Amino acid sequence: MSHYADNPDAIRALVQDKQVHRDVYTSPEIFRLEMKHIFANSWVFVGHESQTPNKGDYFATSIGDQPVIQVRHTNGDINVLLNRCPHKGTKIVIDRQGNTGKFFRCPYHAWSFKTDGCLLAIPLKKGYEGTGLEETQNGKGMKAVGAVQNYRGFIFARLAEEGISFEEFFGESLSSFDNMVDRSPAGKLEIMGPPLRYMHKCNWKMLVENQTDTCHPMVAHESSAGTAVKLYEELGLPADAPKPPAMEIIAPFMSPYEMFEDMGIRTWPNGHGHTGVHHSIHSNYSAIPGYFEAMCETYGEEKAKQILGENRHNTVYFPNVMIKGPIQTLRLFIPLAADKTLVESYIYRLVDAPDELTARTAMYNRMINAPTSIVGHDDLEMYERAQEGLAVDGLEWVNIQRLYEDDEDFDTEAVENGTTERQMRNQFHAWVKFMTMDMDPKAAPAREAAE
Amino acid sequence: MTVTKDDLIDFIYEEVRMLDEGRYDEWLALWLPDGHYWMPLDYKQTDPLNVTSLMYEDIFMLKLRVERLNGARTFSQKPKSRCHHVIQRPFVDEMNAEAGTFVTTTFMHYVETRLDEQQLLALTARHEISLVDGKLRIANKRVDIVNCDAAFGNIQLLP
Repeated sequence: MSHYADNPDAIRALVQDKQVHRDVYTSPEIFRLEMKHIFANSWVFVGHESQTPNKGDYFATSIGDQPVIQVRHTNGDINVLLNRCPHKGTKIVIDRQGNTGKFFRCPYHAWSFKTDGCLLAIPLKKGYEGTGLEETQNGKGMKAVGAVQNYRGFIFARLAEEGISFEEFFGESLSSFDNMVDRSPAGKLEIMGPPLRYMHKCNWKMLVENQTDTCHPMVAHESSAGTAVKLYEELGLPADAPKPPAMEIIAPFMSPYEMFEDMGIRTWPNGHGHTGVHHSIHSNYSAIPGYFEAMCETYGEEKAKQILGENRHNTVYFPNVMIKGPIQTLRLFIPLAADKTLVESYIYRLVDAPDELTARTAMYNRMINAPTSIVGHDDLEMYERAQEGLAVDGLEWVNIQRLYEDDEDFDTEAVENGTTERQMRNQFHAWVKFMTMDMDPKAAPAREAAE
Repeated sequence: MTVTKDDLIDFIYEEVRMLDEGRYDEWLALWLPDGHYWMPLDYKQTDPLNVTSLMYEDIFMLKLRVERLNGARTFSQKPKSRCHHVIQRPFVDEMNAEAGTFVTTTFMHYVETRLDEQQLLALTARHEISLVDGKLRIANKRVDIVNCDAAFGNIQLLP
């Protein structure tokens, strides 16, 4: 029997100031409601415009559990359509990307649609004459999402027709996207290759929370980063010898707690936040010849220094995206089930910057985010152990109270000690908000009576 | 030393046996110092550097990978994974006796297991082999997983 549907009080009871109930990670019903409410009411990342550069280019992905198509329309705009023929339900595209020309054509009965979703033609259409097809939703064409926004090349969509505006949803948090894009002397990013695809048998929120969990790297990753530091020391190179790029990437994972405390965490309204307010594990990468010069040419020295001086670590966008501005990486935590999450890790090239920067980004991605990564292996082990451990009865709450303060106000921006779990609390504050905003308590008793 | 086709084929068989038996010190000793183990992410990928790969590791990284497997705090290896290769007879694609350089292609099935899970991968391994001081060594190795673009859980050992 349904317990949480249209029951906002029951949803609110799962999130307390300092702890959350395990059902948020384990309940299939909660998962279904997340898809229906959180992923419909918030602005969810779809793709990058460079994945569909030409008219008719499309890219198939999903928003929560909803299959969608990002497509470049004949007028150059990018549309996001639900991937379903209005006729029998057949997915219109099944490959991950391609070019459809001026229209989509369903492979089942050849209904065709413009790349804004409008019905173009139906074979033997006289069979529908006088049947009222044009008055049905199915007769209008492929369904579009409620709203689409292209922010500096990154495409976001809100499934719901009505709801929070893009600007209100993200507010000041867009500064992390700005910094990532501004790092290109052309102010432009371009996707590089396919994403890593890494399957996790755990809840999607565990992955999101881990992005601002600064007390785990030196513990969970001792086997990889710690061993790297040890092996490098054994080489006996002089202390001032330039470190190979792989060491520049992995060694900072072993930084002491103090480094993470001092880096700071900033939280924004609606569940967004980032680590690395003052510095991050990306701060001390060596300079690439020619890059600073190219940046100065575009921005002037002062602005160039300001852009490159911002070294945010992980910026989390509620509900399921993380970006790393300094290395142009985006990770998407795609929810598949309460205990199943697909992580896709994308990288982008800084247009007009030296290739060495792209090579470093690609190296970071394969070293840290791949299913073959010696760093990723231990993260996945932690998540999956947690998913299994949450089965324990009689201890049903997950603790998120590190550096908790009374009367925390998540509707205002705040900067705190870098080891606070405030961002996790911030996410759950947003989780309750977007989960309950369109629940209808009056619907609940009627439905339960019917069951 | 004159290298025969059989020498090359035996070399490949011995290499996978080292991997399956976890004899990693011997395995690392097969490598030339500037070699790379490349596992592409994309089907027919040509660029190891500027797009993402599953692995593109030099000897330092391979040594780190192997050393980590035996660490006291290597949590994802408690308990340890095991692996098993079944290989077809390697094709010798290039045989340049004068330069002492050789290329082989080998089709394999790779099984990796831990706890109650077991995964099967189909692979094509391309070895660049060099004769140095009378011994065959791995100059470079490329391993293409047939479903390289699929979503995987952990792949922890060396396919």
